[in-house]
Parts: sequence; C-alpha cells; structure tokens
Amino acid sequence: MPKNNSIKSILIIGSGPIVIGQACEFDYSGSQASRSLREEGIEVTLINSNPATIMTDKVVADNVYLKPLEPESIVEILQNHKIDAVLPTMGGQTALNLAIKCDEMGIWEEHGVEIIGVDIKAIEITENREEFRLLMNKIGIPMAPQATATSFLEGKKIAQEFGFPLCIRASYTLGGAGASIVHDPQDFDNLLERGLQLSPIHEVMIDKALLGWKEFELELLRDSNDNVVIICSIENFDPMGIHTGDSITVAPAMTLSDTTFQKMRDMAIKMMRSIGNFAGGCNVQFAVSPDDQEEIIAIEINPRVSRSSALASKATGYPIAKIASKLAIGYHLDELQNQITKTTSALFEPTLDYVIVKIPRWNFNKFPGANRELGLQMKSVGEVMGIGRSFQEALQKACQSLEINRNGLGADGKELTNQSEILHSLERPSWNRLFHIYDAIKLGIPFKTIIEKTKIDFWFLKQIEDLIKLEQKIEKYHLENLPKELMFEAKQKGYADRQIAHLLRCLESEVSVKRHEMGIKRVYKLVDTCAAEFEAQTPYYYSTFEEENESTVSDKKKVVVLGSGPNRIGQGIEFDYSCVHGVLAAKECGYETIMINCNPETVSTDFDTADKLYFEPVFWEHIYDIIQHEKPEGVIVQLGGQTALKLAEKLERYGIKIIGTSFKALDLAEDRGRFSQALQKLNIPFPKYGVVESAEQALELSDELGFPLLVRPSYVLGGQKMKIVINKEELETHVVDIIGEMGSNQILLDHFLGGAIEAEADAICDGKDVYIIGIMQHIEPAGIHSGDSYAVLPPYNLGDFVMQQIEDITKKIAVELQTVGLINIQFAIKDDQVYVIEANPRASRTVPFIAKAYDEPYVNYATKVMLGEKKVKDFNFNPKKEGYAIKIPVFSYEKFPEVKKELGPEMKSTGEAIRFIKNLKDPYFTKIYAERNMHLSK
Amino acid sequence: MENNTPAVLVLEDGTTFHGKAIGKIGTTTGEIAFNTGMTGYQEVFTDPSYFGQILIMTTAHIGNYGVHAEEVESDSMMIAGLVTKKFSPNFSRTSANGSLGDYMVQYERVGISDIDTRALVRHIRHKGAMNAIISSDNLDVDSLKAELATVPSMDGLELSSKVCTKEAYEVQPENPICKVSVVDFGIKKNIVRCLVERGAHVKVFPMDATLEELNSFNPDGYMLSNGPGDPGAMPASIELVKQIVNAGKPVFGICLGHQLLGLSQGLKTVKMFNGHRGINHPIKNLKTGKGEITSQNHGFVISKESLDANAAIELTHIHLNDNTVAGIALKDKPVFSVQYHPEASAGPHDSRYLFDQFITNIKSHKA
Repeated sequence: MPKNNSIKSILIIGSGPIVIGQACEFDYSGSQASRSLREEGIEVTLINSNPATIMTDKVVADNVYLKPLEPESIVEILQNHKIDAVLPTMGGQTALNLAIKCDEMGIWEEHGVEIIGVDIKAIEITENREEFRLLMNKIGIPMAPQATATSFLEGKKIAQEFGFPLCIRASYTLGGAGASIVHDPQDFDNLLERGLQLSPIHEVMIDKALLGWKEFELELLRDSNDNVVIICSIENFDPMGIHTGDSITVAPAMTLSDTTFQKMRDMAIKMMRSIGNFAGGCNVQFAVSPDDQEEIIAIEINPRVSRSSALASKATGYPIAKIASKLAIGYHLDELQNQITKTTSALFEPTLDYVIVKIPRWNFNKFPGANRELGLQMKSVGEVMGIGRSFQEALQKACQSLEINRNGLGADGKELTNQSEILHSLERPSWNRLFHIYDAIKLGIPFKTIIEKTKIDFWFLKQIEDLIKLEQKIEKYHLENLPKELMFEAKQKGYADRQIAHLLRCLESEVSVKRHEMGIKRVYKLVDTCAAEFEAQTPYYYSTFEEENESTVSDKKKVVVLGSGPNRIGQGIEFDYSCVHGVLAAKECGYETIMINCNPETVSTDFDTADKLYFEPVFWEHIYDIIQHEKPEGVIVQLGGQTALKLAEKLERYGIKIIGTSFKALDLAEDRGRFSQALQKLNIPFPKYGVVESAEQALELSDELGFPLLVRPSYVLGGQKMKIVINKEELETHVVDIIGEMGSNQILLDHFLGGAIEAEADAICDGKDVYIIGIMQHIEPAGIHSGDSYAVLPPYNLGDFVMQQIEDITKKIAVELQTVGLINIQFAIKDDQVYVIEANPRASRTVPFIAKAYDEPYVNYATKVMLGEKKVKDFNFNPKKEGYAIKIPVFSYEKFPEVKKELGPEMKSTGEAIRFIKNLKDPYFTKIYAERNMHLSK
Repeated sequence: MENNTPAVLVLEDGTTFHGKAIGKIGTTTGEIAFNTGMTGYQEVFTDPSYFGQILIMTTAHIGNYGVHAEEVESDSMMIAGLVTKKFSPNFSRTSANGSLGDYMVQYERVGISDIDTRALVRHIRHKGAMNAIISSDNLDVDSLKAELATVPSMDGLELSSKVCTKEAYEVQPENPICKVSVVDFGIKKNIVRCLVERGAHVKVFPMDATLEELNSFNPDGYMLSNGPGDPGAMPASIELVKQIVNAGKPVFGICLGHQLLGLSQGLKTVKMFNGHRGINHPIKNLKTGKGEITSQNHGFVISKESLDANAAIELTHIHLNDNTVAGIALKDKPVFSVQYHPEASAGPHDSRYLFDQFITNIKSHKA
C-alpha cells in the first residue's frame, strides 16, 4: 500500500532535556523523522522543551513548539493546528509516556488525532512487566523466572521463593532507573523500596538474575503489511548484568551461530507481531546461555526507536528512523528504496563487512560519592563508536575516541599492575573494566579466572590477548629496525602512532613519518549496508589499512568541521547543534563539507548531514590523515567544543589553516596570564587571581588574594575539579587533591566575588564589528557553574549601567582577540561593577538557546563570517524579543541516589530545557527565583 | 595460533592479492564468488551448490564459533577454497566440535585470509564472475596464472553428478502422511529435514534416476533439489523433469531444481553478471504481496523474457533488488519452484511456508 494520503499533518513528540538514558539519539531520530515526513509533503509540527536540538530548528520542522512536554502544551498545539496524526515513537520513553497520558485524557480522540508508528496497547504491554510476562508465556517465548510486585510485602514473598541473586526492575522507567541486582539479601529491602518508589505505578518486576548469560539485541522494522526485517544484530561484550547502555557492544554479533541467530530472529519477529499491529521500529533484547544448550530467553522489547536503533543506523548505514517514519504513514518496505544504494530495496537486511564497537562514556568524576559500579541502571552520559575491518581495529578506534587521556587500549604506560585491584575491578565492573581486562591478561592472570569473574566470552578475551602479544613483539625492536610487516599489523589492528611510539620508545611524529615512508597509509572504506554487493551512493566513510581507497577527492573547495566527540557533562548536544549548522552554512557558501566525528548518537554523524562523513575518532592522527587526503581549505574548530578546540594548536603547528578566530587568539583566551594582561591593557576589571604549582605557593598567594577563593586546574572542561574554598585548610586539601588526581601542575586561584550576580554574553565578531546575540543573567548567585544555573534571556534585573558595561566589554574583548566567529564571555557583577571571569572564543553552550529564543540562525551567520563570506554588517539582525526565556538545567540525580544534590562550580547537569514567560510575574519564575539559594553548596 | 604462512590469490584477469594461508597448505582453483552472510559459514561451506567454488566471505571475521557436527548441509566441505578478511584461529562455543581451521585441513581445503576482501568484491562486482586460484605452496604468480588458464569456465559445466548421492536412501518420520521422491542434484540436508518435519516419507534418488525408479517409491509428489553448475548443461535432467511434470503430481523445485523445471517447460536460463549469494535477499511473493528475507546461492537465473513469452507459467516471486525471476508456478498443474532456499540453513526461516504449500498440494491432490 502506498502512503496514506489522508494524513497531511503530523505531530512529532521529542524527548525533552538530555538525561542519562535518554540523550541526543532522539534528536537524531526526531530530525530524521521530520525530514522524512516533509519529503512526503506532510506538514510537521514538533514539540520539544530541549532548545539545544536540531529537531526544533525551523530547517527541520514546519511548526516548532519549545514547550514543556505536558498535555497542556499538546492541547495548545491541537488548537492551533489541524493535526491528523501523532508520531510518538521518536522521542524515547518520555514521548511515549506523554502520548499515553494524552490518550488517557482523551485528547487525541477529542481532536481526531490518529496515533501512528505504535499503538498504545503495545506500549502498555511492553512497559507493564506483568502483562508482558503473561503475553510472552502465551506465545511460548521463554523468559527468566519472574513475578511482579506492587507492594513491599509481595516483593519479599517473591524473593523468598526465587532466592538470590535477583534483579529488581521498576515498571515504566527510563534507562533502567530503579533497577538493581541484589546479591545480598540484606540489601533487598532498600532496593525494593527504591524500585517501587521510582515506578510511576509502584510496580516492580523481580526476576532471577541470569548473570553471565550472553546478551544480544536485534533491531527490527515492520510495515503495515506485516513485513519484518532485522536491521542489525548487536552483541554485548559485557554479558547480562550490565545495562545495555552501559555495556560495550559489538555489531555484527561475533559469537553467534546461524542456528541460534535464526531462532532469535524468529522469536523477535514473533514478539513484535504479538504486541500489536503497528508499523515502525522495535528493539528486542535476549539472553543466551553460554553452555551447550544455547538457550534463548527474552528480556524486553521496546516498540520505538531507541539508543540502540540510533547505533544500529550508524553501524549499518540503514536509517531506521527515516524508514520507520515512512512506514508509519502507510508505506510498505518493498515500496521504499535502500537509502544508501538508491537502487535496491529497503526490504532487506543490511550486511556488514566491518565491525563496530560502541563504548559508553561515563562521567563519574562529576558525581563525587557516586556508586561507580555498573549494573542494571544506566550511568553513562554518552558513547563513541569505532569502525574497523576487524574487532581489534574497531576496539582500538573506539578507545581512541573516548577522550579519557588514553591513546587506545594499552601501549600508553597507564596500565594497572596491582593484582588485587585488577581482580576487584573485573568482578565489580566500573567504567575502566575493559582496560583492566587488558591489564589482567598482560599480567598473566589466567583466562579461567578472568572468565569466572567477568563472564566475558573467550573469543573477545583472545582478541585482546592477541593485541598484547603483538605489543610484546614490537617492543623488541626500535623505530629503525621495526619490520614493515609488524608496523602494518599494528596499524591494521588499530594501534595509533602514539601507541606504537610508546612501544618503540620514540615520538609519535617519528612513527608517522616512518610508516608513511614504508607506504603504510590509511585508506577509506564505505559503509554501504551491503558489503559492497551493490554500488552505493552515500559518502559515509571509515578508515582502515588495506589496499583500496574508496574515498575519491573532488576538486571542489572543501572545509572540515571537527565534531565534539562523545557527549559528556559540559559538552553535550549543544555542540552538535553548532556543528550541524556550521556544515549547513558552509554548504550554502558553496563548500564541500567534511564532517569528522565518532559519536553515533548525533545528527552530525547522519550520512546526509555533511557532503562527506568520516566516522572517525576526533583524535589527531585520524584528523591529520583525513586532511592530508582531502586537502581542505581549512578546518573549523570553534563549533565542536573543547574537543575540537584543543586540536587547534597541532593544526597550527602542521600549517593547517584554522577557519575563523586564529589559534593565537584561542590560546590567548586560554592562557590566564596573558589574557589578564590583555584585560588590564583594556582597562577591564577581573577578579584578582594567581597561578600556583604547589600547595605551598597556594597558601602564600591566598594571603594576597583573600578568601573565598575559586580553585581550579587550568585547561579543564565544565569546571572539572573546580571548587570554592573559604579557608587555608580547605585550600590546602583541594590543591593537594588536584595535583594528586589530575597530575596538573598549573592551578588557578581566583578571588571569588561572593554574592555577585553572574551573566554571560554571546557575540559574533568578524575581527572588526561585533554583534551581541544575547546576554543571559543567572538566577542563582555566583558560585554555581553556568551550565547548572537557571538563566534568563534577556537579563531581568541588570540596570542600564551594568548592561552598558557588559556590552562595551564584550565588544572590546572580541575585537582584542581578533575573533572571527563566535565568542562567549562570562561576567560577575558586584556593586554595579562588571568583572570578566573568562572568555571563550568559540560556540558556547548558550548559543543554541539564544538562537531558539530569538528565532535567528546565529551559528549559520557566524560560520559565514568565519569563512569570510560575510561580515557582521551584512546581516539584518531581527531577533524576536517577547518576554523572557528561562534556561532550566536538568540533572540525572535519580541515577546516583547516593550523591548529594548540591551545586557548585563543577558542572553536574546533563541537559536543559527552555521555558518562555511573558513577564516577571510569571509563577514559574517567581518560584525558581525564590529558591535561588537552595542548592548552593557553599 | 595465527598462521603466518603466506598465500596468494590470483584471478583470471591477473589481479593478485597476497595474504596468509588458512586450512591445508596447497593450491586450489575454482570460480570465485562472494557470500554476504554474517552467520552460518559452516552450513555454506558444506552446501553442495557451492561445489567447486572459491568463496569469499564478506563478513569481517570467520571461524569465531568453530564447527558443529550438526550444522552441515552435506557430508563434506563443498567449496574449493576460502577467502576471508580475518580468520579466527580461536573459537568460542561450548557445543562446537573443533576449529574451522582444523576442519579445513580435515577436508583438505585451501584458503587465504588477511586480504582486502572488500576491494576484491568490488573488483568482481565490476568484472563479473571469473575463475581464480589460491596457493600457499607456490607463490610464483606466473606459474599460478598458467595453471589457472587450464581451468574450465563454470559456463556449460555440469557438476551435480559430482555431489549427488550415488545410492538412493530413505528418511522417514514417525507418522508419515505422504511420500515424496526427491531428485538429488546436490541436495542440502535441510531440504530433507523440512520435508520430514512435515510428515513426508522421503526417498532421495541420484540425479540419473529414471522416472520409473522414482515412481517405484509410489510418491505423492516430487522434489527437485538444489545443486551446483550450469542447468543448461544437463539435458538428461531436463528431460527427466519434463517427464516428472507430465506425471501430473505435485512438484516443488528449489534453486537448480527450479531452473531445470523452467528449462523443461521451454523457458531459458542465463548466467548472471554477479550471482546472488547471501542470507539477506529480499523477495516479494506476488500472490500475497508479502516480502520475505531469503537465503540465496545462484549464478544462473530463469530469463524474464522467456517467462513473459510463456502463457502456461506464472511468475509468483520476484527478487526486489533486481526484479529477477525468483519463483514460478505452472498454471494448470500443482507444480511450482523458487530460485532461492526456503530451507535456509544458513539463513532466515521466512519462506518455510513453501514446504507447507507443497504438502498441502500433495494432500489435496491425493484427496
């Protein structure tokens, strides 16, 4: 059946602010869905309270509502527009929950809105663990022994019956909130109570823990003609017991026989068909017993696109959200084209001739006191994906993408050698278990022990062991006498030049020169869904070391945009927003755009965002090789956050042009000493400060600066290890702590302006003229990281005098730094005096917010300025200024119940929402204003 | 552990790839083809339809889960040689019987790993099917080229007789509901399993059996199996199939059996530029409008033109990627066939209903 022509207008519900378990993968799916539907001539209305998303951009949807995800907002939309159908499957569990709520209230029915892509019954069955269990039982799909409890007493009874270890899973929650494995009966009461509390319907499922079973996921698509295809099989490196969002995962499945895979495929299809008759995407999770029975047990099914489907889309090239949207409006799979080949059918199952490895990115250091052990509840804040022609290569590339100061897996001198620490880590996994498995094998801890403690499949462990053996071979040589075969093998297995340099005791640059002399060069291969069976049209590349290079270089003028790598606290979706807009603007200016990024959750790594996508680590060696190959006019570094920015120095050193603000200016802004001198020269006030290298010096300097003091290491992200201290004792402790933990020898001490008000300004500058796009005033007093504070655009109680100072200073600094592009400046205001705290000549976290609030494409403008295509004067700025927009920080504390909910200079929020108010009498504003001191730590 | 013996692969057009030896140290020749399946290598390697072929597996790793005594489609390894990217010397599966490397040595199969299989597939995709030679005991490319020049083209080659059973044999379910005579052109074990599972008492005959021999089993229907080679080179088999069809009982043909059925009814077959080999091939059933993901392995196909010109035969299934003929049925007889593998193994089970349909045809014909 072709598309249903009665649907002319569709509402897509977004997933709201980024929280752990629901991140920018839903911006990716929502954006894809919207574009896919508009291609069909359908009017798309979008609601999402998250302003940092591409999906809420006018370039993506026809009508955008940046409103709270509440039934009231839905009613408002339905009153303003004739909506024929709602697609709630693109916005995670949040969107599904809102759709259910509206359904219960009869809102859809009242306005004649059809729910497409899923049916409410399906959502209910899959989320209500008891109903799901009964259904699976009815259709003969095995599950772990389990029962639901809606009361404490019931839960206790079940535990008695099953025995330990047990899993508790709360119904209707996100990212495994409220889920835990209980090994010890003593912990059971607390965890049961917590699960019951976190479930909105106070229901938990208690099941027998299948610890150590192998874990797999399948991504399915189904059309209204009941055709089902499996887009991807994913194997978890970490077996059952760790949330899939916190597991290292691999595609395609590495250790699955066809017999077991086909059984699993049949089960998945049967399960999807059983939960309702809808057209769309679906994710099914299975456990497989590691014994000779290969018994398969269903864990759960999600009738919507998910983090895994975003990963599967990037892993295979098959755009699940895009196709799912078309299926939702009636198309059958056989009526659609494979979007990558453009000649074959969308009704097929992608096949891979490479391997992808996804590794989650955790941010535990942001949550002091957090329980760092991984379990059923997701704790990671982002993820990276490595693509290679072998598991080993993909694994190394994923490790290089993480930005955790490792150069890959091993060969960087950071191994742990304490046996008991390693053994503990193997058994009680945290973010670093992969590295400790490597360490364990290297130390010679027997496989038997490692398997006993981790239950990780032997095949994976053997792959890691093979890497260690290779390292041992290489170590016997020097750069001068290393045989070409060994160099080639190391590169094929994903080793970075830096790792090889470590093994050969020489410099990275020397290895790089040597391997090029040997003729060992990166080649680029296409992600094409079909293992090269058909010609593909889509320029989605990854690198490897083989014979043929499929990436042909055009003679067009090109620009590279560096992405922001994995999401983490302090560097999230906002930077992807800026990167995508940078790409689009450069395209408008006639450039061939080249995107480099390794984050599978993003819009920037969608194959049709840039003209060419290199899905590669944002890691020097990979970037440099791409630049060598493509020879772009220059590289845009100021959109990809700190990740991209910190590569500026090397680009400069290698003579590669940085588009926009020069490296010199970027460096000046980062160098506290030189920056302060510049401020002094311009007569701009700033808090008294000093740089120290020891606690000794710090104590001395504190006499001069006076308490309170803001203490932080230099060059950090999101206020890492930043703290306000009020006396010498605290100062000493914190300085020692920083030196010990970060190995940083440059520590900044600023006099902290207690009780000051904070504000920040974002501006576009072409080196001469400056346009301030927005000034935001924080609601909490100074001392809370700007990312964690409520902020209001425009300021709500700064006088003309203060505003004038902010404007003047912003312009002066922007020009002084010879900014070409964007700049963000943070201020503290005390007694009508404006002090500069810091300046960042790059896209900031607030740029997307201001762009959304004022309804103007600032990143687009800034990019054109960077490229020299336009001057600030060329734009006719016309911001839509009505009332105020409040930036609301959103936290993921429920994932870390043990962490104190206090705020300070170190950023902790994972996302943000926008809320428009007409005036300051607004009750929401009055409430948060009244509570402004509540969470201040000191 | 990883073998570091060098090996070389030379194609008919002179293209050469260097890699590492796997399996037996030696030399092998055959037509080179690629299979895109990500699981089921053992089933593929033992599938008689692959007889005499040098097979490239496009998935990055092969051998990860070893070999299993039951996951075989015949009693031997059928491929002539194996080409892979990463060949796993270690395997992980509790129920496995051994490693794929040892299995290849046992069946004396030569292979090569660690080559740019993607470049190779792209090359073949552009140049079409051709012969190739793999050697790990002779690395002299010129002499390998000379040896390769003596290998006949698969075009016009009859291969079924080399792989089909020499003696007829029976397989019986507990409560048989019908009898099926199977002509073995290189049958996969799973075809027999699928029939027996559905209550058929099966007797498998060598390909040179006569209609009288097939009928001596008093069958209620006939099964024409899959197999290797060029169907055009099998005039005797085409004649046999014609007689079978004329017998008026239900007939079901798979792959080579399908091609032979077509030829017996006056249709033509053509060699494809690149065959279909993998477990992700999309088929549309034109009667139900439904899609199926299927397992395929063929280098010849029934010509669409010849089918269009034939009023007695209906097109029932098409391949969605290239619209080639994937299934036909005789309009006036309970006779049908498909180009793909409903028995799968390796591959999805989406098309198993065709066996049900065959059994239904038998039942209604009996009644």
